[in-house]
Amino acid sequence: MEAFQQAIAERVAEQHRHHGKSQFFLVWAALLVMTAIEVYLTYQNLQPVRMLTILMGLSLIKAALIIGYFMHMKYEISRMKWLTMCSLVACLALMMIFFPDAFRIISLGVK
Amino acid sequence: MADATLPHEIPALYEPSLFGTYSKKIGMWLFLLSDSLTFGALLYAYSYGRISTPNWPTPFHSESIVNATIMTAFLLTSSLTMVLAVRAAVQGDAKAQQLWLLATMACGLGFVILHGREWSKLIAEGLTLPVFPQMPGSETTGEFANVAKTVPQFPATFFGLTGMHMLHVTLGVVYLGVVALRRKFIPILLVLWLAAWLGTPSYSPFHHAAHVLLLAAIVCSIVLWLKPKVYDSSDVEVAGLYWHFVDLVWMFIFPLVYLMSAKIL
Repeated sequence: MEAFQQAIAERVAEQHRHHGKSQFFLVWAALLVMTAIEVYLTYQNLQPVRMLTILMGLSLIKAALIIGYFMHMKYEISRMKWLTMCSLVACLALMMIFFPDAFRIISLGVK
Repeated sequence: MADATLPHEIPALYEPSLFGTYSKKIGMWLFLLSDSLTFGALLYAYSYGRISTPNWPTPFHSESIVNATIMTAFLLTSSLTMVLAVRAAVQGDAKAQQLWLLATMACGLGFVILHGREWSKLIAEGLTLPVFPQMPGSETTGEFANVAKTVPQFPATFFGLTGMHMLHVTLGVVYLGVVALRRKFIPILLVLWLAAWLGTPSYSPFHHAAHVLLLAAIVCSIVLWLKPKVYDSSDVEVAGLYWHFVDLVWMFIFPLVYLMSAKIL
């Protein structure tokens, strides 16, 4: 059992050998800056659709940074990256099938 | 019969993983994928309600936006301290690992307290759910006294989404506490339970929700006493994956729920 834990510990160390401390601080600073931009835009009274587009764009970039660097996905093998991310995006995209119905409710005047 | 005595475990140790990593981590990724669908469904439900409801309320004043921004900063900082804990664990620095984990827990606790304060403020102003205990006077005088009646989709999706996230953050703090302090964390958890239970008025939803901490203390005690172990770098990394996930989800809740429903005068 100890040999098994040792093997896992060595694998974790091997997977983390790319990481410098400065990289994490840079990602953290980028996330904070993007959050500040989002809050700044809130005070600019932009059109809702335009605001939503910018906010979701920034959120996707922030999500990519967190998954890639903090969750270490950037350094996983391509099979792991593609299988997890594609299945997740496909499932979330499928849920969008409900949105046309939300617009239809408004046009039908359903209370 | 002779085959039954062959040592099967040795080759299995070195069998290459299909995903290039260890099974504990793959298991956590699978859990997070399923959990992201839960949050995805809640976010879509919130967005659906917003699109289909013309008079969607915008209850978040500047004070709420500032509060939510500080909460976001807490979570982002906790993600930084978490990766530093993983880094310390990989380098075998147990002291630094424990300190960074405690810093992560402190940021998570700060997030939960600020979020609880925000919830309490909204409930006091009349934004509530039928399942919440009735707060004296909130029904008639609060700013949002009519919102719960005219647009029930708003409090239902808002409290459902943010409540689920708050539960995840709370359980994340418990998870990190177990990894950092093991059995020593159980009395701390019980103190937190008593503080949350006795420190909140009986009409607050947190007065009842505090029992989640008692339940967590019981489950953690069973796990820690039945299967005691020293948590190594792989355990810290897997705990980190969970923690970053709750941070990741908030990156969508914050703009969609707070910034898109801001009332800036």
